Amino acid sequence: MIAKSARSWIWLLYAALAVYAFITFIPFTWALSASFKSLPEISAGGADFIPKAFTLENYKTIFLQEPLFGRWLANSVMVAVTVTLFNLLFNSMAGYALARIKFPGNRLLFVLVLAVLVIPGQITLLPKFLILKSFGWLNSYQGLIAPALVNATFIFMMRQFFLNFPKELEEAAALDGLNRFETFFQVVMPLAKPALAAQTIFIFMGSWNEFLLPLVVMSNPEMFTLPLGLNAFKGQYVTYWNYIMAASMISTLPALAIYAFFNRYFIQGVTFTGGKG
Amino acid sequence: MLNKTIWNKQSTRETVSGYLFMTPAIVVLGIFLIVPVIFTIVLAFYRVQLLGEVSFQFAGFKNFVRMRSDERVWIALKNTAEYVAIVVPIQTILALGLALILNTNIKGKSWFRVAFFLPTVTSSAVLTLIFMWIYNTNGLLNSFLGFFGLPTYNWLGDPDVALKGIMLMNIWATAPLFMVIYLAALQDIPESLYEAASIDGAAPWEKFWCITLPFLKPVTFFVIVMGIIGTFQLFDQSYIFSSGSGGPNNATLTIVLLIYQYAFKNLDMGYALALTLMLALVIMTVTLIQRSLFKEESLD
Repeated sequence: MIAKSARSWIWLLYAALAVYAFITFIPFTWALSASFKSLPEISAGGADFIPKAFTLENYKTIFLQEPLFGRWLANSVMVAVTVTLFNLLFNSMAGYALARIKFPGNRLLFVLVLAVLVIPGQITLLPKFLILKSFGWLNSYQGLIAPALVNATFIFMMRQFFLNFPKELEEAAALDGLNRFETFFQVVMPLAKPALAAQTIFIFMGSWNEFLLPLVVMSNPEMFTLPLGLNAFKGQYVTYWNYIMAASMISTLPALAIYAFFNRYFIQGVTFTGGKG
Repeated sequence: MLNKTIWNKQSTRETVSGYLFMTPAIVVLGIFLIVPVIFTIVLAFYRVQLLGEVSFQFAGFKNFVRMRSDERVWIALKNTAEYVAIVVPIQTILALGLALILNTNIKGKSWFRVAFFLPTVTSSAVLTLIFMWIYNTNGLLNSFLGFFGLPTYNWLGDPDVALKGIMLMNIWATAPLFMVIYLAALQDIPESLYEAASIDGAAPWEKFWCITLPFLKPVTFFVIVMGIIGTFQLFDQSYIFSSGSGGPNNATLTIVLLIYQYAFKNLDMGYALALTLMLALVIMTVTLIQRSLFKEESLD
């Protein structure tokens, strides 16, 4: 009797999960299917998820006829990859220093990082714009890259990670005559892979999907990143949802690929603050 | 004596390497976070001329006085407050519910977890475009509602529902992120507590009420604070939905969108900075109120 009711409970839970998975997938599947439909089929309305006449025309059009789409893709890759690489390096260095190196000011810097961590990003937007303008960095890659080179949240995360890092390894390295830098790059960093992978997902996604800062910094369409480009596309092709959806699919793929690739580490990243996982 | 010099040498070396390791962080956070905060606080009391050479002129409290009679400030505040008040509780409860289900012993949970996370990986621009298309008058949502004989809406054009369309989308997109955080916290609850409760004959809902919920209090505080900070800064979706106008009829005008318009459309940087400062104070106040509420509750 008890077993039977427990089993029906399980089915109810499965049903709830399946419904939610359905709700999650519908918009994406609908967009994906539209990206393979022709304009007349889309304009006719209806709710067919399988295109009547499957076509790659939309993808061809945005890459071949829309001169800037490839450029936007390249800009996004350029900015997101650079930002991610520097964050991995700089956040880890700062987190390591805060966790492991004793120096006057360590405590104060840690408190500052914590304070900075709670400042909502939007609040620094306008001064950031003024500073970038005075540097002459509007409409340039460094205008998007420089403000994003480090991230207080992940400095904090790396500090927590290095606090639990086995001390013996560093002591052994010190006995071998390695200095702090050699120890960090040759011994510590190779063992920090799970934390670095978790950072990679969040930093890459954040940079890849960022909308407001590029909107403010980049006014020249050649310098747009994909989210801005998509928005411009929307203005240009108001009713051409087939093109817009094809462009949307292309711009979702890289972040999705990074997530799929590092997903295993991502869960570790969220859970390594404590307990099993 | 010799010992001391060696020690000194070593501690100097440690200090030097400590600061070298911190240099990139200090420089970047200094220039792009700490200086901007100071700028915002100071320049909110200035008139800032952006055209040509940037120039500043002290304006006292003028920027703040002006807010009181600025009708659009009140509309933006009302829209944003409504958005926060509806989205934060729903997304928190949804995240908790999903996490609780995924924390049971069912098969395929890692698959579900990966699947649910999809919207969180997608950019706000892409999500907004997909939803705009689904919300179209002859779009998927209306076809669906019509199929069940439910009322259909002009989701994008009707001021009464435009903001609700954004709410729906963002609850859907943000809940999975908080679900993952809840899942991590749920796994930290010691199994022995549940076992002890079982021996004492506690019913499942009693276990949930007396063990799970109290344990989740700190993470719930975190989730709500992050939710509040995130929702108060709503911009991308409103901007893309309304092509930057905050329409229809100011229905999707949020505080950050208003700040953007004043700074970059009206080139009124000083006033926009004053609005920014106001937004920061609102977020801080709400966070503090929420913290005191949580503290009081834990005293009970």
